[in-house]
Amino acid sequence: MSEERFPISVTVNGEPHRLDVPARLSLADLLREGLRLTGTHLGCEHGACGACTVLVDGASARACLMLAVQADGRSITTVEGLERAGRLHPLQQALADHHGLQCGFCTPGVLMTLVELLDASPSPSEAEIRMALAGHHCRCTGYQGMVEAALSLSGGAGTDR
Amino acid sequence: MKPAAFRYHAPRSLPEALAVLERHPEARPLAGGQSLMPQLNARQVTAPHLLDLNRLDGLDGIEEAEGCIRIGAMARQAALLRSPLLRRHLPILVEAAALVGHIATRNRGTLGGSLCQLDPWAELPLVAALLDAELELAAPSGTRRLAFRHFAQGAGRNALWPGELLTQARFPIPAPGARQAFVEIADRPNDPAEAAAAVSLRLGAGGEVVSAALAVCGPFPVARRLPEGETMLLGWRPGPDPRPLVSAMPLPDVADDDRAAMVRVALRRALERAMA
Repeated sequence: MSEERFPISVTVNGEPHRLDVPARLSLADLLREGLRLTGTHLGCEHGACGACTVLVDGASARACLMLAVQADGRSITTVEGLERAGRLHPLQQALADHHGLQCGFCTPGVLMTLVELLDASPSPSEAEIRMALAGHHCRCTGYQGMVEAALSLSGGAGTDR
Repeated sequence: MKPAAFRYHAPRSLPEALAVLERHPEARPLAGGQSLMPQLNARQVTAPHLLDLNRLDGLDGIEEAEGCIRIGAMARQAALLRSPLLRRHLPILVEAAALVGHIATRNRGTLGGSLCQLDPWAELPLVAALLDAELELAAPSGTRRLAFRHFAQGAGRNALWPGELLTQARFPIPAPGARQAFVEIADRPNDPAEAAAAVSLRLGAGGEVVSAALAVCGPFPVARRLPEGETMLLGWRPGPDPRPLVSAMPLPDVADDDRAAMVRVALRRALERAMA
């Protein structure tokens, strides 16, 4: 059976794409399989684990709970879009410096949430950082390092280095 | 691809959306998708037709009208948190919205989706029950208004007729001096509530309660008011320990177990917070 496809225009990490997608294709599968951007990880595929979190027009969303067709006209940022000119995003560097990752599976989603948090309020408190991270499951129990990494970039706070 | 195949409709206007529903009454409306998409992914729900409401214009407003705050069904939960109007007039709804899911799910999840989904542990239906929000339901033949208490029929069961869409909810702005509070008991703040309680009280000149609304959720099919408890509160004066009063309140349709005990703790804390 040939499935109906829908034309979409979507910008991913600054690059425009015109694609035809089946309606039931998730944004996560489009990114991973269609565009080979495998930095966005899929864990639970029902919105609980947070690994697939990406930014849609700057606001975080679970890519497993969004259809690719819903990304039409939107600008998507994935973990691959954080690096600038070969240099890690300050949050990526901070996570490395503070041992904020071990296996790295949850890290791409964690990064997108923390990028959104720091964009919205440059000086989040530890409580706000922990509340934001509550939407992510890290089974290496690396939360403390993530909190310290985010605090190190929170204006005025976290000078534990 | 995880969901079973469906026909996809993404209309731009409400009349177009209603026309799709008229042609395909079995179509499932898709609002924020934070509950329906997981169900579709797991094939717990299959929908031959999916009616995506995310392209509709003008269904996400938050405005003051006729002593109410009128909120479009597609208003994102994150927008409730950011609304200065809600912070000023309905802080209890903001308090409740902050406990819904996580940042990423609130960015997509909507008020209307939550009110139609009617999960037993959901925060926004609890506030709608407390304030008996008035809902506007649109159909090709016209719109009707329905009180939330008639709309919420059970876990996941709403009173929408085939072909109808929830378009907005009106929450009454509390009278000046009203004391409202929302308390939830959960493993973590953003986990589904084990139990939650919301209260709205008005005090008379002598400091006694002259009107009371109590709503609870958790071990019930759907958020519900406690009319007997509300009557018991009349004439009560803040100050004395509310525990004996709360312990004596009947909790209909629930086993007298630890979940019921949590409901009473949430109620007591909500009363204390409203009176603080």
